[in-house]
Amino acid sequence: MKIEARHEHGVTILEPKGKITIGVGDVALREAVHEALEAGARNILINLGGVTTIDSSGIGELVSAFTTVTNRGGKLKLYNLPSKVEDILQITQLWQVFEIFEKEQEALDSFG
Amino acid sequence: MAMASSQVRISIGSRYEHIDLIQVVVDDALARLGLDEDSRHWVGIAVREAVANAIKHGNQQDPEKEVEVELAIEGDDAIIRVEDRGKGFDVEEVANPLSPERILAPNGRGIFYMRSFMDEINYSPRPGGGTVVTLRKRIAEEA
Repeated sequence: MKIEARHEHGVTILEPKGKITIGVGDVALREAVHEALEAGARNILINLGGVTTIDSSGIGELVSAFTTVTNRGGKLKLYNLPSKVEDILQITQLWQVFEIFEKEQEALDSFG
Repeated sequence: MAMASSQVRISIGSRYEHIDLIQVVVDDALARLGLDEDSRHWVGIAVREAVANAIKHGNQQDPEKEVEVELAIEGDDAIIRVEDRGKGFDVEEVANPLSPERILAPNGRGIFYMRSFMDEINYSPRPGGGTVVTLRKRIAEEA
């Protein structure tokens, strides 16, 4: 699991690649979100396009990140979901919790 | 790893990094049985959850305690059994992760994943201590 971070129009974009699964990817995601927040990020956008597998720990980590960012007054949104990640969010009914976009630009525009 | 005509058995120490190995072996065995790639992905996720639960909740991440995974064919079904050496638990006590008070919980979705992606899951005590979770997936196409 590798997570790259970049910044566009005041939004921190995280791009995990590979598996967000127990013991490895979930920890990497937690650390990446933590680092972004420590660096002063308020709004975070996660590009899930490179994620091949997400297990329940990975979903749990996404939910934790969402809660942490929201509690700090920021927003965490998702975009570019592979169909299997989309299926998981539907099944777990988290589709209605997260703001989800297809394209990066429309996601960025949504932060206003 | 022992392999009979339609059976694979693997034993691992309780470390998360071994989960990938289990998934690869199960995926290969199911591919040989003709299960399509999409179905293998979801079975693989369910097996990952079963093994992760065995490591985390069953064996409490004690690397000296083994998790055993067995894949067998029974009729038209693939059966995957995952055994731990833990204290056992009551599956009925696991909260519904879709309930409004649990929807934002950071954990507690593993069994729900297994139920979603397999045709049947079953928990039973392991003789001598521990838990056995049995995952069933239909392999043969419906007539």
